[in-house]
Amino acid sequence: MSFPLLTATAVLPAIGAIATAAVPAAQRTVAKWLALLFSLGTLALAITLLVRFDPDGDRYQLTESHAWIADFGVRYELGVDGIAVALIALTALLIPFIVLAGWHDADPLETGSTRWRPTQGFFALILAVEAMVIISFEATDVFLFYIFFEAMLIPMYFLIGGFGDRAHEHGEKVASTQRSYAAVKFLLYNLVGGLIMLAAVIGLYVVAGNFSLTEIAEARASGELDMATNTERWLFLGFFFAFAVKAPLWPLHTWLPNAMQEATAPVAVLITAVVDKVGTFAMLRFCLQLFPEASKWATPAILVLALISIVYGALLAVGQRDMKRLIAYASISHFGFIIMGIFAMTSQGQSGATLYMVNHGISTAALMLVAGFLISRRGSRLIADYGGVQKVAPVLAGTFLIGGLATLSLPGLAPFVSEFLVLVGTFTRYPVIGIIATFGIVLAALYTLVLYQRTMTGPVKPEVSAMPDLRVRELVVVAPLVALLIFLGVYPKPVTDIVNPAVKQTMSDVQKKDPQPEVEAAK
Amino acid sequence: MSASAVHSLWTTAADPISKIGAPKIEYGQLSPTLIVVGAAVVGVLIEAVVPRKARYYAQLFVSVVALVAAFAAVVALAAGGYATTKSGIAAMGAIAVDGPALFLQGTILLAGLVGLFTFAERRLDPAAHGNRVDSFAAQAASVPGSDGEKAAVKAGFTTTEVFPLLLFAVAGMLIFPAANDLLTLFIALEVFSLPLYLMCALARRKRLMSQEAAVKYFLLGAFASAFTLFGIALLYGYAGSVSYATIAQVVDGTVPDVNPALADTMGNDALLLIGAAMIVMGLLFKVGAVPFHMWTPDVYQGAPTPVTGFMAAATKVAAFGALLRILYVVLPGLRWDWRPVMWGVAIVTMLGGAIVAITQTDIKRLLAYSSIAHAGFILAGVIAATPSGVSSVLFYLGAYSFVTIGAFAVVTLVRDAGGEATHLSKWAGLGRRSPLVAAVFAVFLLAFAGIPLTSGFAGKFAVFKAAAEGGAGPLVVVGVVSSAIAAFFYIRVIVLMFFSEPKPEGTTNPRSPPPPPPPQKRRRPAPPPGKAGPPPL
Repeated sequence: MSFPLLTATAVLPAIGAIATAAVPAAQRTVAKWLALLFSLGTLALAITLLVRFDPDGDRYQLTESHAWIADFGVRYELGVDGIAVALIALTALLIPFIVLAGWHDADPLETGSTRWRPTQGFFALILAVEAMVIISFEATDVFLFYIFFEAMLIPMYFLIGGFGDRAHEHGEKVASTQRSYAAVKFLLYNLVGGLIMLAAVIGLYVVAGNFSLTEIAEARASGELDMATNTERWLFLGFFFAFAVKAPLWPLHTWLPNAMQEATAPVAVLITAVVDKVGTFAMLRFCLQLFPEASKWATPAILVLALISIVYGALLAVGQRDMKRLIAYASISHFGFIIMGIFAMTSQGQSGATLYMVNHGISTAALMLVAGFLISRRGSRLIADYGGVQKVAPVLAGTFLIGGLATLSLPGLAPFVSEFLVLVGTFTRYPVIGIIATFGIVLAALYTLVLYQRTMTGPVKPEVSAMPDLRVRELVVVAPLVALLIFLGVYPKPVTDIVNPAVKQTMSDVQKKDPQPEVEAAK
Repeated sequence: MSASAVHSLWTTAADPISKIGAPKIEYGQLSPTLIVVGAAVVGVLIEAVVPRKARYYAQLFVSVVALVAAFAAVVALAAGGYATTKSGIAAMGAIAVDGPALFLQGTILLAGLVGLFTFAERRLDPAAHGNRVDSFAAQAASVPGSDGEKAAVKAGFTTTEVFPLLLFAVAGMLIFPAANDLLTLFIALEVFSLPLYLMCALARRKRLMSQEAAVKYFLLGAFASAFTLFGIALLYGYAGSVSYATIAQVVDGTVPDVNPALADTMGNDALLLIGAAMIVMGLLFKVGAVPFHMWTPDVYQGAPTPVTGFMAAATKVAAFGALLRILYVVLPGLRWDWRPVMWGVAIVTMLGGAIVAITQTDIKRLLAYSSIAHAGFILAGVIAATPSGVSSVLFYLGAYSFVTIGAFAVVTLVRDAGGEATHLSKWAGLGRRSPLVAAVFAVFLLAFAGIPLTSGFAGKFAVFKAAAEGGAGPLVVVGVVSSAIAAFFYIRVIVLMFFSEPKPEGTTNPRSPPPPPPPQKRRRPAPPPGKAGPPPL
């Protein structure tokens, strides 16, 4: 038997979580380094995975399959396709930066404060989330996926509710109330989504008799497993609802701004760049493969919801006064693009959507982490409290600008490629929706540039005048992300090469072909 | 008269009696129950003959040994094939020895053992006049607040009778799910109910509340028992037998020999339907299903917390075991009649328990309503009426009982100056004061909520899957919705423990889990001159 690489990639951060949590309370620094070490180790495994993965090989590679709960028809089945590999790599890449960026976020406050901030717990929870996210990218058994899809809510919940920004404009009491509100809202939204999915998972088992994604998809494709149209649609809706809450899609998005606003910046990155990706990924892997007919049936409605997400998220982002809330609404807009790309049912659209997931992760991480550094310096999240930062802290302002430009999909930076692909892919099939979605880009330019203009340019505000520039640790976090944004913007081939074959397979599952260009069809 | 003549006379005289025949008792197969009953009797004798100082240790020793030995006997029986190939009936058809019975007996014994340890815990309550005390009244017979009570406390009395009472309850519970005829069922019901009524009244603190709970439990319980007994009578009238197998045959119309004396009433469907409904009602009372749940919150709140934990876990296991056997063995032929009714009961139980729990402010009441909601989930598995329904219910019961006992054990640890702090406001900020206690309780709550990676999820998944396969899809949807509602109040407690600021008055006496040193300060203020013997442990 070969080395179980997929299991190892998921288990290593889990071991790291336990090890970090076990560090004695006084050894705070040891816990931090341990967490960093384990996240780097996971990154190394993820890179090995990237190398060992053959884009032109079988659909699911490095598969592992073991009997698990025979009574439930549950097996421990892992396997990755190109999309999963790309997202595992993204996750493993971002976690070390999140750990580094949150280096001091969980330090105990000054003496006299009663706040309870166990540093070890903070890093252990981050690693626990990483482990669960990775295994849910790998699972090809619906039950196995479901377990970790749901279980990751708990560490996330404690991360949001237990650790907030150091300073808060209304004082600690209000902050803790708002934080626990955000955490509970996050948990309840996702739990309800997950429980509805549980009903659908059970329904799927009753219909199909097992939980294996590959077996069910094969049986469906060969016609062995016949689902009544209505059954398929209900099951699809059950799955899609959970993923739409997680993604999040309008009108199920309202937990995200609260959660991102109250969480510390690294945790906000963890939510939007890593955990939410499981939602969009699962739409591609589970909704489209298990329920191709129902997916086609639901496409128009989902596209409209995605379109609303794009425009609504962008519009609300324009109106925000809170920096982190603004980024949250921008993310909602971007998730609209991703979902639109997935359900446009064209290979450009889906490649673009997958690429978008990776790029959005990197660009949001860059923007949000720099914003977090900024907030920690001034102790306020309000845009109006800043001004003229670029004169005081030019490097900080510069990286903030690049992150912002990536968010508005400036050509030459990574998100442009993916956004372009999504729009092209949508346009070939649904021109009107494609055209309206393009306005989202205009709005993105508006909210990003206004954010930059108000905080970074203009006269230097007195509170800002003594602001230090990025420190070495912060530079180590930001510089690689910026480099990646530029690199993937100029040369996206490494990612597209991995993703494209998998997208073609998914397209063939739903038996959709790309629409022929008009000119050729006319011949 | 020769010796042989005497002998023949003796045998002749005895002849008519021997026609009845001595019952054949399979002592080996009944050993778990017999061990526990025997130990309970020994416990009663200990109360009578052993000096007061030594009773606690003697009782504890006997109880632990009995429960462990009984559990070993169950394991031996299961390993000996009685759970699978050799399963059958014992004691002249009164007791079934099969897989489900042995599984439930094992669960009850373990729950009883864990419950026993919480009964015996004497390091939590501050010492009364230098004597370490447990959660039980110094003297049950003394009137609350009277001089007699004060004298009993001062003399350092403790109610060691709870140990034999616990054993009697466990013995009844062991028979209850294994009962194979209706009379045994009823006797088992009474054997385990009466000690529970008694133990509910024995709280050391808030004695009036505890006695009120016991009276309520006793009155309603007696009422439910009467229903059951009346139902048994009606079913006897219907089938001419109290044996499960015979009744099932009569229901199916495949009875081999009809008793001519009963031929008139036999097969009268009115008797069958009313009788079955009444028996099931009595059992639903015991599991705490809506609309027979009214006693649950009051009793759970008023009873001493160790008793609540034991009762919540073990009674539910025993009662669901009996319910399964009644519905699956006696009344499978009546499936089309009981399933719609049970659908309704399951739905209102799940929703009712979950919705009412949201508004609770007392942790014990909250757990009581949560137990109602869980009874609803288990009923969803019962309704499946398939083999996977049985296994899923058994699994759920096993998982649930330990989470329940554990949760109530944690409740005994959270204290303030007035004893256990069961009001939720006192739990605010517990995560900061006693992180370990709060973390353990959070795990139990997550298991109650059915979050994946806990036993609660596996159990919930199993019963819902069984229900869906049994054609009860809508029930699964209702179950999922009420799980979501239930998750809300479990999470509310977690928020309270971890994310809320502790209230100043809630922090007067933060108790850590047992390992840290006992609170020296509280024992010091009351140095009983002359009576300060060495503490028992």
